[in-house]
Amino acid sequence: MGTPAIEIEGLTKDYAVGFWRKRMRRSLDHLTLQVQEGEAFGFLGPNGAGKTTTLKLLMSLIFPTAGTARVRGRSIDDVRMHREIGYLPEQPYFYDYLTARELLDYYARFFGYPAIERRQRVTRFLEHVGLADAGDVQLRKFSKGMLQRVGIAQAIVHDPQIVFLDEPMSGLDPVGRREVRNIILDLKHQGRTVFFSTHILSDAEMLCDRVAVLVGGKLQGVGAPGEIVSMEGHGMEIFFEMRAGSLLPTALAGHAARIGERYHVEVQEEQLYSTLEQLRSCEARILSVTPLRPTLEDYFLKLVARDKAASHPAGEGAR
Amino acid sequence: MSTIPGIVAINTFREAVRDRVLYNLIFFALMMISASILVGEISIGISRLVIINLGLSAISIFGLIMAIFIGVGLVSKEIEKRTLYTLLSKPVRRWEFLVGKFGGLLLTLTVNTALMTLGLAAALFYVSRSFLRADVSILVAVYFILLELALVTALALFFSCFSSPMLSTLFTLGIYVAGVFSKDIRDIGILTLNPVMQGATRVLYYVLPNFHNFNAITAAAHGESIPVSLIWQNTAYAALYVALVLIAASAVFSGRNLK
Repeated sequence: MGTPAIEIEGLTKDYAVGFWRKRMRRSLDHLTLQVQEGEAFGFLGPNGAGKTTTLKLLMSLIFPTAGTARVRGRSIDDVRMHREIGYLPEQPYFYDYLTARELLDYYARFFGYPAIERRQRVTRFLEHVGLADAGDVQLRKFSKGMLQRVGIAQAIVHDPQIVFLDEPMSGLDPVGRREVRNIILDLKHQGRTVFFSTHILSDAEMLCDRVAVLVGGKLQGVGAPGEIVSMEGHGMEIFFEMRAGSLLPTALAGHAARIGERYHVEVQEEQLYSTLEQLRSCEARILSVTPLRPTLEDYFLKLVARDKAASHPAGEGAR
Repeated sequence: MSTIPGIVAINTFREAVRDRVLYNLIFFALMMISASILVGEISIGISRLVIINLGLSAISIFGLIMAIFIGVGLVSKEIEKRTLYTLLSKPVRRWEFLVGKFGGLLLTLTVNTALMTLGLAAALFYVSRSFLRADVSILVAVYFILLELALVTALALFFSCFSSPMLSTLFTLGIYVAGVFSKDIRDIGILTLNPVMQGATRVLYYVLPNFHNFNAITAAAHGESIPVSLIWQNTAYAALYVALVLIAASAVFSGRNLK
């Protein structure tokens, strides 16, 4: 395997908070991960998880408290690294006195293209993001979806190998989301590395080769969307009926839910046989045993709940 | 202008033009037209003096207002609107961005000043029907105003790298006023006979930009020639001071977290 597209090693960011007595708040905690060339990599996490902080660190918009990162073998401090990447910030805002064509031309100038090539590129990328007819309209007249598309166009106008997108689907309507999704798929098919942050899990499941889940500034897991949820262990779902007059086994009393005449319980795979044994001993009739296929969303929500519980231990939250 | 600061500078100029900054020229033109008509009615012999004084003072004041109020927003506006995020994701170093922003505003001020100078020349021609050889001093005075504006722009840019537009305006205005009176500050120190005060005022005199030397309005109005040595001295002083302030601004801005 060659040099990874993105290598992050122990990246940490602390912010000073408070006006008078400043104290440090850790926004990103020793993040270590690698993204390979050509991967579509989803960076997942709830709001405030540290996703934007990570992207800002990679763009050198903020500086790490500790750790290093390299993009295509170059340190993130090296300005030459920026020739090979494109970046769409979260909720992008552009010079609204410019037209979309002028904006793309302005950004393309930084890559030293001659005027004719710039013109061709700008036209090509405006078409690519579906803005061919709006190229000469000032950006102040653009809708949110159009701004997002022009934002993607500026990120790829110089054909970068790696594209970083911060919440590219956020705030878009279903049509806008589908359009952005198609652009990301296009980039993926062109063999580019796409690193995007999102909290829309269905998009990540649909687009990503691998995902990383970040909660409370800490990396919780990295892997293919299907693989990452299996790390939690499969659950099993049991439907059963009780004989008239017989009682539920004590171990299941708190867990089983009654739906009409039937009962439903979810247990971990390793507890399956002991649970069945308990049900058999009280002469319950087993209707079905089905393996549960957890979604990325289940995994994600579980992590968020775990993080909340860890930061507000029992009793503290009640105050 | 294909260098990175050049690209940023052209865009900064374009922004100023599209934000209708040059509309101040209309006020200037109206003022000069009214003044020309008025002095033609009320004064004989001093009309040139009045027009030159008024024109150069207006060029200086209009330029100062633009340099301070646009200068303090050069960086903070880009951070606040987050336009800087996309820009710095391109192969643009932070100092290149700053130099570009400085160059863009200076270009705007130069175009603005050049157009106002043309207006002054037209008004002067209207009241006296001729130009004199000594009127070259007017061009030198305009050049000094531009040097002064370059210094003020650099200071405004420096403050905007780490403080809010309002504070930056106060700091820049404060330094400008102190710089105009820097000689008087030193003289006051000498009068106190207190060695500590004398030392402090002397340090202030050398650290503050000396704007007093850039004022050639009175000389130009009276048709006095301005020594070539002063032109060189002011040019070198402004260039050095601007360079130092931009280096300091780059040092501050390069380490700033853009939250």
